[in-house]
Amino acid sequence: MADTEPTDTAYLCRDCLHLWHGEARRECPRCHEPRIVSHPELTRLHLAHVDCDAFFAAIEKRDDPSLAHRPVIIGGGRRGVVATACYIARQYGIRSAMPMFRARRLCPDAVVIKPDIEKYRREGRRIRLIFESFTPAVEPLSIDEAFLDLGGTERYHHRSPAQSLCALARQVEEEIGITISVGLSYNKSLAKMASDLDKPRGFACIGRQEARSFLAPRPVGDIWGVGKASEKTLHREGIRTIGDLQQISEEELFRRFGQMGHRLHAFARGIDERPVKTARETKSISAETTFETDLRRYDELCRALWPLSETVARRLRQNDLCGRTVTLKLKTASFQSLTRARTLEDPTQLAEYIFRAASSLLKAEADGTPYRLIGVGVSHLDSGDKADPGGLFDRDRQRIRIREQVLEEIRERFGRDAIATGRAISGKRRGPTPPKKD
Amino acid sequence: MKLTIERSALLTTLGHVQSVVERRNTIPILSNVLIRAGNGAVSFTATDLDISIVESVDADIAMPGATTAPAHTLYDIVRKLPDGAQVELDASGDDGRLVLRAGRSRFQLSCLPEGDFPSLSEDDLPHTFEMPADEMRRIIDKTRFAISTEETRYYLNGIYLHETEQDGFAVMRGVATDGHRLARVQIPRPTGAEGMPGIIFPRKAVGELRKLIDDFDGALAVACSDNRIRFSFGQVVLASKLIDGTFPDYERVIPTANSLTMEVDAKLFAKAVDRVSTISTEKSRAVKLAIAPGNLTLSANSPDQGSAVEELPVSFEGEGMEIGFNSKYLLDIAGQIESENIRFRLEDGNSPSLVEDGEDSGAIYVLMPMRV
Repeated sequence: MADTEPTDTAYLCRDCLHLWHGEARRECPRCHEPRIVSHPELTRLHLAHVDCDAFFAAIEKRDDPSLAHRPVIIGGGRRGVVATACYIARQYGIRSAMPMFRARRLCPDAVVIKPDIEKYRREGRRIRLIFESFTPAVEPLSIDEAFLDLGGTERYHHRSPAQSLCALARQVEEEIGITISVGLSYNKSLAKMASDLDKPRGFACIGRQEARSFLAPRPVGDIWGVGKASEKTLHREGIRTIGDLQQISEEELFRRFGQMGHRLHAFARGIDERPVKTARETKSISAETTFETDLRRYDELCRALWPLSETVARRLRQNDLCGRTVTLKLKTASFQSLTRARTLEDPTQLAEYIFRAASSLLKAEADGTPYRLIGVGVSHLDSGDKADPGGLFDRDRQRIRIREQVLEEIRERFGRDAIATGRAISGKRRGPTPPKKD
Repeated sequence: MKLTIERSALLTTLGHVQSVVERRNTIPILSNVLIRAGNGAVSFTATDLDISIVESVDADIAMPGATTAPAHTLYDIVRKLPDGAQVELDASGDDGRLVLRAGRSRFQLSCLPEGDFPSLSEDDLPHTFEMPADEMRRIIDKTRFAISTEETRYYLNGIYLHETEQDGFAVMRGVATDGHRLARVQIPRPTGAEGMPGIIFPRKAVGELRKLIDDFDGALAVACSDNRIRFSFGQVVLASKLIDGTFPDYERVIPTANSLTMEVDAKLFAKAVDRVSTISTEKSRAVKLAIAPGNLTLSANSPDQGSAVEELPVSFEGEGMEIGFNSKYLLDIAGQIESENIRFRLEDGNSPSLVEDGEDSGAIYVLMPMRV
């Protein structure tokens, strides 16, 4: 970075927002605090990724000051996995999604706290409100992180996006009592990478000048949209770093990887035109599968429908949502799509009720037509606390909820294939149970 | 057919029958009202194939006969005619039109032949009895708010009327539920109702009947089988199909052993619930009741709007508890309480609660709590 740094580098004090050009200093000339961020493009960058530091753990530490200097792990009971580990716990090698027993072995002294999702959601909303007071262009990625586009807010706030972001970080610290890290750049991919550079309580910039050199050593998996499968394909082709991609022409990438080639080419050069999409509510959650050979029989189709219902239920749970309308989707062997929907009496988050509705819709369609695809979706969404209230004549719901929770915990612990319900198992005697009349 | 009738009598009658006619009809004849004149009276009949209403009214008949005319149009015309007008209905021409004359107004309405009008089944209704209109009003008013509108649970889309015994007394009960709340009201069993089958009286027919008997003070003659019911009173006959389904065994969801009792002034309670629920979200309308000896704290929270709290003096003994309810359900029930107090019989925050009138009114309500 140093060699490309022109003399008009901007310096910003993260504490008092004092901004100056030219001369580097160890501390702010105005307030004498040492937290200075500097970058040649500092006043021109506007797209930020903002991420709370060890969010769940930070909230718990805020609420119980005696935890401040102790390793804290947020995670479910003995069987669960680590949801968040505080920075002290991370020094023991504890990471998110690590099985709990391993985390305990790494750090027997850690304080383990069961997640209070309701509380985190509440705090997440308060934080989002702070974000939205700085710019209307906020795209939440999860409960505790978001993209913010501060382009065009200079006139309104009478300060640059970088200054606004420092003010934002300070406001979150003061009002919520936790710290955040900011990545500032000119597009979403780089902003997201930047926020990881200087955690916790960090502030990092990636400018246009340095984008290519910054990306070159990074693994191709860092590119947005390159998942495990694409990564494998690229590795097979001998492409491991983004720098490898930068050496290849766009035509060549297109020839070898099709449409993805265009994206790889652009991203490898720090080009990412995706706009910040403001909180567009999720409208529906669905899952579908295409069969290897077409299916016609109701029981066979049901067997495919059950795991999809479980997937949808799991996604609803993960997003803390529930839904009232169940939609069945079918595609015939001759590629005709059809959908059938049913609205439930109560919003649900449970695979059982999704399956019952979808399979009863399926009954009318399984008339011998060969189908190549089946899908199920849930719409009419609401927040998770409205899920499955249970009615006077429907006291089973509680039992079913517990059953699905236990299944889910077993799967988190032992893997997705560790356990299945009879519905998912093929065989002559163990066909799917017919849906019960609701 | 040719007749003359006083405008206000015609308006009342058409008002009664036209409301059963659906605004949108795929079968044209169902948009029409059947008008049949003869013997010093004219009768108007409307139906949606499930419900039919026939009402007769005295008229000056010049020529007996019958025709059918668009119900809503005819009603709108009569509604706009000046009070006190004499209305002449004339279908004697051979152009298939109904001519309506009043003062200087003249309307021609296209008609459909009387023969196209569906004939209403006059099958055997073996169970007959009489009951006072005010008792029927009572059954309807205290239960109809709990009727389910969920079409998949069609068997809950009405009031379940049946006769049974309670503590040695013969009673007739009306029960309605949507799965979240249940209302049950009972009256002394009308003579002749013994042995009648349990029937599910559908929601739309409940609404029509309630309108028709709003200011009727006499007795209703009821006749029913297990798939039809007919109410005759004054000059009106309402007949309806019944819901073909099995009403669930509701008695098992009525809690009988809830150990905690809270009693509170019903009007003050309703007003406080109404105020606090201003804050709760549109979809859930949840209010929380925190109950302690002598004191009830109502509260509501909405992530978008803020919060509300209100306290009320109550009579309550035992350990404090918290429970959440849909505020609309609470208001529906509180609106039916006749005595000063409303009484809650509670067990815990997850179990159904029983709600009743401070003094026995024959009505009880069961409410499923909400998570708050």
